[in-house]
Amino acid sequence: MAVRVQHDDFDVSAETEKLIGGRTDIGAIVTFTGRVRGADSERQIEALTLEHYPDMTEAEMARIEAEAHARWPLQASLLIHRVGELHAGDNIVLVIAASAHRQAAFEAAAFLMDYLKTRAPFWKKETMPSGETKWVDARAEDDGAADRWR
Amino acid sequence: MDNQTRNVRLLYFAWLREKVGLASEEVELPVGIATVADLVDWLEQRGPQYGEAFARREVVRTALDKVHVKPSTALGAAREIAFFPPVTGG
Repeated sequence: MAVRVQHDDFDVSAETEKLIGGRTDIGAIVTFTGRVRGADSERQIEALTLEHYPDMTEAEMARIEAEAHARWPLQASLLIHRVGELHAGDNIVLVIAASAHRQAAFEAAAFLMDYLKTRAPFWKKETMPSGETKWVDARAEDDGAADRWR
Repeated sequence: MDNQTRNVRLLYFAWLREKVGLASEEVELPVGIATVADLVDWLEQRGPQYGEAFARREVVRTALDKVHVKPSTALGAAREIAFFPPVTGG
């Protein structure tokens, strides 16, 4: 079990190997990588800046991870979230859930992401090509996704 | 403890920080401030920037000593009280 908040990028393969390399009791590894979307039909962004609440962020991520371990038989897990200024195509978040069988790993990874998005104290601010900035609004769909695990 | 004032540290994040104009401050809590909602009521009286920050108070989230709580939660012995918008990480 581990959680990390960092400015630097992460390498999914290296993190996976570090987490579960050499272990033979793990039959299923689900990794999720969240990335910065640069443009969609409604907007284009120049940069995305992530602010967080130091100490609470790590504490909340650890609580979310512990909750996943209480609900599913996980052998290992890792949560990494980046902060600071990011750009289109950059990695933002990594979740790894490892278990003996795939169902627990799939479900735990989805749970970890749903709870991260609705409980971990991070805030995104978008910078437009014009230089204008805007705080990203929370999405009701994210609350709905988290509620299904209650 | 209920009839004594005490100092707490308030933290503001994201657009709440921008509206209040501070990332953190130490305040002396007056007697009679029992819950998070009481604290917000009191803060709103401290100046227009607080009134604006808490204008949509139903969307403002709170943590006591780094744990999420509800507006009705008692402040208890909390030393650090944080206010922030709904989170948008991930």
